[in-house]
Amino acid sequence: MRLSEIGVFLFFVNAAFSNNFIFSRFLGNCPYLGVSTKLETATGMGVAVVFVMGIASLFCYLTYEYILLPFGLQYLNTIAFILIIAALVQFVEMFMKKSLPALYSALGIYLPLITTNCAVLGVTILNMNSGFNLLESVLSGVFGAVGFLLAIVLMAGVRERLESSDIPKAFKGFPISLIIAGFMSVAFMGFSGLVK
Amino acid sequence: MNLRVSTGPHLLTRENTQTLMLDVLIALAPTTAAGVYLFGLRAAWVLCVAVVAAVLSEYIWQKLMKKTVTVTDLSALVTGLIVGLNMPAGVALWIPALGSAIAIILVKQLFGGIGHNFMNPAMFARAFLLASWPARMTSFLLPERLLGASEAAHGVDMVSGATPLVTNARNIPMSDLLLGNIPGTIGEVCKVAILIGLVYLLVVKVVSWHVPVFFVGTVALMSWLVGSDPLVAILSGGVLFGAVFMATDYVTNPMQKIGQCIFGLGCGAMVVIIRSWGNYPEGVTYAILFMNCLTPLIDRFSGRRVYGMVKKHV
Amino acid sequence: MSKNSLRGVFVNGIFNENPVFRLVLGTCPVIAVTTSAINGAGMGLAATFVLIGSNVVISLLRNFIPGKVRIPAFIVVICTFVTMIQLLMHAYLPSLYEALGIFLPLIVVNCIILARAEAFASKNGVVASAMDGIGMGIGFTLAMVLMGSVRELLGNGTIFGVSLLGASFEPVLLFVLAPGGFLAYGLLLGIINAIGNKRKANRSNEEVKAA
Repeated sequence: MRLSEIGVFLFFVNAAFSNNFIFSRFLGNCPYLGVSTKLETATGMGVAVVFVMGIASLFCYLTYEYILLPFGLQYLNTIAFILIIAALVQFVEMFMKKSLPALYSALGIYLPLITTNCAVLGVTILNMNSGFNLLESVLSGVFGAVGFLLAIVLMAGVRERLESSDIPKAFKGFPISLIIAGFMSVAFMGFSGLVK
Repeated sequence: MNLRVSTGPHLLTRENTQTLMLDVLIALAPTTAAGVYLFGLRAAWVLCVAVVAAVLSEYIWQKLMKKTVTVTDLSALVTGLIVGLNMPAGVALWIPALGSAIAIILVKQLFGGIGHNFMNPAMFARAFLLASWPARMTSFLLPERLLGASEAAHGVDMVSGATPLVTNARNIPMSDLLLGNIPGTIGEVCKVAILIGLVYLLVVKVVSWHVPVFFVGTVALMSWLVGSDPLVAILSGGVLFGAVFMATDYVTNPMQKIGQCIFGLGCGAMVVIIRSWGNYPEGVTYAILFMNCLTPLIDRFSGRRVYGMVKKHV
Repeated sequence: MSKNSLRGVFVNGIFNENPVFRLVLGTCPVIAVTTSAINGAGMGLAATFVLIGSNVVISLLRNFIPGKVRIPAFIVVICTFVTMIQLLMHAYLPSLYEALGIFLPLIVVNCIILARAEAFASKNGVVASAMDGIGMGIGFTLAMVLMGSVRELLGNGTIFGVSLLGASFEPVLLFVLAPGGFLAYGLLLGIINAIGNKRKANRSNEEVKAA
């Protein structure tokens, strides 16, 4: 799915809907299940992920292309990417605290959690495996994260609605959330094959 | 004197779940009759199995969970009937039985029973079956009446055909599209019967016009925009059946009128998108399921607080 | 540490604190790669290798790693073992390597492994940490095999490729598709919770009777 072949719009549809990070790539489940009880927090988490996935895609691309590849160190990609992501998250957190305090108070608490969000490391590895160029990498990071945002916001909406429902005790919490995710995944099957 | 103390809204109508479901059943009667007439006794069997399985599933679950048995509110019966109407007439009978069990237990009861499911049970059951046994769910019988006398004489009564969405629908006379003389699921083929049901639902005010009109209108408009015949687009698949009986489900569509318009619009748009570019010939099921997922958000952003939503006091 | 408590550490990871069905950590591979029992087992064993390795090394280094940079240090250790298993599997089990795909490098960010490093290995001796790694690893592997078996049986009629349900069984394809992972996990988790609740209730009943 190269950008030059399908255009920005279909590139977006593919990353956010047809190959949604949660429903068809199965990446980022921990925050998806853990931070989706309230709509506000889910939105905060989702927006923070968009931010970090975009930047991480950019820096990991540059590192791979201009450091790992020229020196023949490709096998170090996992370790390089995860360190970049960890450092980036720290840096973004410090930068936000100093320069954008309003944004920090909204998103700050989610940032440390993102280091272990496998969608972030996942997208950088997927970009590398797909041989994406700079623009494709950044777009796939941002669009993929928008798909994650959509998924977590939908989940939070449904979970808020179910607050007063009489769900069997053994199914409260994680089990029912996973079943909701399964239902949504069925609905998202409708988007399959849109980008050929 | 018996004084009722309750919080607003203080609307008192004679309607409870049972009378509501009775109205839906009356509205479904023409479609059911048409389906049985067109596809023969086989269709009646499929519907019976689906209904019995739905009611039994609800009864058994509520007995096992030591809850009040509420099968007399007829909601399980309606769900079962709609599951059955979504089947091809020639389907193996264990499929509607399983579909009804999934709809009632997995989609409805597991989430706390009537009023708490966030997805339409019959639509999810259909999607589940379609993904699991695609061949069985898409081998449609030709209505017995469509067969000429010569074929009928040879005893060919299990001929399968593709829906007009797959074959070229322009060759089929409009009267056949309207009366249901085309292959399809039991409930979706006879458009006249569905429209009679819709008129009844509107007259007794069980549903408002917003969802069906916006759903069907969007399908027509967008089909025209992508260059296909809008009338054929509406009449050749499950759009009308979905828009009248599944998208109007109280529980899984938005409460406010404006939200219902958005819901209908979204359903219609997604149907045309899936039909034109997706993997499936028909997209009504996935369109409704996707908009079901959006419903809580639409409710939240279409203004007023949801009535009756009281946090549980523990 | 006495033998008894070592056994406690080992059993703990398999039942009481099973990472998949009790702690619900590291859920991505549980949903993604369990389309067959063999894939589940492969993923489980790969994670076990990393768990044992990282637990041992982190336990050895626990007095040398400064507290402030401990998380990045742990990640580097974990990543070393992940890269090792990646290269080994690529060389000797190429088909499994393909099947696990991106989820093999993603063991790095699997919460279970970092959580054990932080909660156990950085505070305990080498033997206990190794035991904890083995217990947690086996618990994870068993859970992955259970998920894989359920999905493979329903979605394909087989377990580890052995046909069990006969030729007349028509597989429920959905269980090997994307939604099946979520549904199977949710249903299994609910059933296991229900059994746990029941046992707890029985036990407290017995206690009441005894008293």
